[in-house]
Amino acid sequence: MTILSSNTIQEINNIKSRYPEGREKSALIPALHLAQAEQGWLPVQAMNEVAELLKIQPIEVYEVATFYTMFHIKKVGKYVIEVCRTGPCCNVGAEELIQYMEEKLKIKVGETTEDGLITLKTVECLAACGTGPVLQIGPDYIYQEQITKEKFDQLVEDLKIKGR
Amino acid sequence: MSKKILLQHINVPGINTLETYVSHGGYQSLKKAFSMTPDEVTEEVKKSGLRGRGGAGFPTGMKWSFLDKKTDKPRYLVCNADESEPGTFKDRYLMQNIPHALIEGMIVSSYALGAKTSYIYVRGEMMHVIRILEAAIKDAYRAGYLGNNILGSNYSLDLFVHPGGGAYICGEETALLESLEGNRGNPRNKPPFPAVWGLYGCPTVVNNVETISDVPWIINNGGDAYASIGIGKSTGTKLISACGNINRPGVYEIELGLSVEEFIYSDQYCGGIPNGKKLKAVVAGGSSVPILPADLILKTANGDPRLMSYESLSDGGFVSGTMLGSGGFIVYDEDQCIVRNLWNFSRFYHHESCGQCSPCREGTGWMEKVLHRIENGHGKMSDIDLLVDVAKKIEGKTICPLGEAAAWPVASAIRHFRAEFEEHIKNPDSCCKKHLHSEHALIH
Ligand SMILES: Cc1cc2nc3c(=O)[nH]c(=O)nc-3n(C[C@H](O)[C@H](O)[C@H](O)COP(=O)(O)O)c2cc1C
Ligand code: FES
Repeated sequence: MTILSSNTIQEINNIKSRYPEGREKSALIPALHLAQAEQGWLPVQAMNEVAELLKIQPIEVYEVATFYTMFHIKKVGKYVIEVCRTGPCCNVGAEELIQYMEEKLKIKVGETTEDGLITLKTVECLAACGTGPVLQIGPDYIYQEQITKEKFDQLVEDLKIKGR
Repeated sequence: MSKKILLQHINVPGINTLETYVSHGGYQSLKKAFSMTPDEVTEEVKKSGLRGRGGAGFPTGMKWSFLDKKTDKPRYLVCNADESEPGTFKDRYLMQNIPHALIEGMIVSSYALGAKTSYIYVRGEMMHVIRILEAAIKDAYRAGYLGNNILGSNYSLDLFVHPGGGAYICGEETALLESLEGNRGNPRNKPPFPAVWGLYGCPTVVNNVETISDVPWIINNGGDAYASIGIGKSTGTKLISACGNINRPGVYEIELGLSVEEFIYSDQYCGGIPNGKKLKAVVAGGSSVPILPADLILKTANGDPRLMSYESLSDGGFVSGTMLGSGGFIVYDEDQCIVRNLWNFSRFYHHESCGQCSPCREGTGWMEKVLHRIENGHGKMSDIDLLVDVAKKIEGKTICPLGEAAAWPVASAIRHFRAEFEEHIKNPDSCCKKHLHSEHALIH
């Protein structure tokens, strides 16, 4: 039994055809995105199954999954709030906002709320510096721009309803 | 001074759709290009003087002509849509609002290079852009602009979008190729350059989103027409993403040669500094380029007005100049703290160093640490020269230019704002107390 659904396996196999024969490994990052979208994070079992689909060694998957910041190799909340902490966003209040988020969610950056709903992460420049502070919410990665405390409160309320 | 090439139709409702894009002249360059030989297309791009818009400003036509066409290996065009340089948000804007501009550019450019398969490498965080591009590519296939025998030309092309996984370094072209092959984003030693040994060991051209999107206009109107726009060797227009302490942050298409003063203060562009504050400094081309104080960004050391062009911005070298870079224009007013801002950028480069080269992996960490202690009131006077020394020891000693990207901001901030560093060290309370101390959130 695989933990990846037959749908996801099918999609990964489709993606392989974008690359020349013998170069299936190119599908690795797209495949990890699909696996993570389905599982919420990347358990070892999921990474091993991706390795098998792409005919590569599991270690080749682990070394990639640990290099890129988008991949969660530890369990995360149902929603991951990723807020930009780079210079231009800080110049328009990101630091203060991150502090507020920690207080509001009663967790530190990197942690998950007790109910398992929200993980708070900081990320680097999201290419939205003109409309900072900015955050995105996984697993859909929708951008939310010009974030204020009020907007953030509303986002959290929405996630609580959506996540029920 | 308001020639528009890329954003001419940006305000047309529905310009993101194929139908509207086509009804405003979109995809016309295909017919023209297919009536020319691939080398003639390259020749027009050469004539245009177009230079890479990803940061380095390398002449695009020349890069294309380096592509090894003697081997029988496949050739590839890879579009660099990794846009992660702090302060830069023009490619995202373009792809999100006019996705077909990039797709049209990819088709014409791939034809010139003889590529049969091309990839657009988009940073993974931009999932919304990836969805937009994939839908637009589907429409382009349906309309016969992609796939087999495009418009009866005998030329066939497949175009795919490839998501990244979150890593600034993958904007560096050889790291990008590694990433596209399914590996960690570790830059390769050069030479061999991608033109000879690129994707899968095949001849490859890597170009920025904006560069490729400029090509259809050049083919439609001719290289000479493009070269007549702009100033000197800075031909054409450039997208500038402006942010920071300005009244109108956003993406602007400027004709190269516009004065920096007009760009900052005109209501057509940045609209000046809010709340009656004074301009303190500008980082003109993304976080990696040297910061300049107000007087030097507005005028060169010789007293000439500074212009938005490759040559004028770099006038004075690193002593009194900077670079056009990616066009990420970050404006700082008098209230902004240079030390804190630099510490933030140093933290960024340390976080993003891929770790291959010791000078970068270790040096960026040391710079971050020393800046952190200065910013938090524990600095020593000797720290300032220590920073300069570390920066020097990274520069030029790494496989890829991330080392320079990390070193230049440090060297330039100290060169132009040394007194502010000294003030932090002598009198930490006066400066640092104003700032929030939430750095735990920034350090993780
Ligand atoms: C650390 C680093 C990050 C880079 N990031 C980008 C990027 O996000 N987008 C980009 O187009 N070029 C980036 N570049 C420049 C590329 O290496 C390359 O020069 C460029 O994609 C070439 O395209 P162009 O000639 O059209 O500018 C980066 C370079 C370095 C060293
Ligand atoms: S600095 Fe936050 S989006 Fe660029």
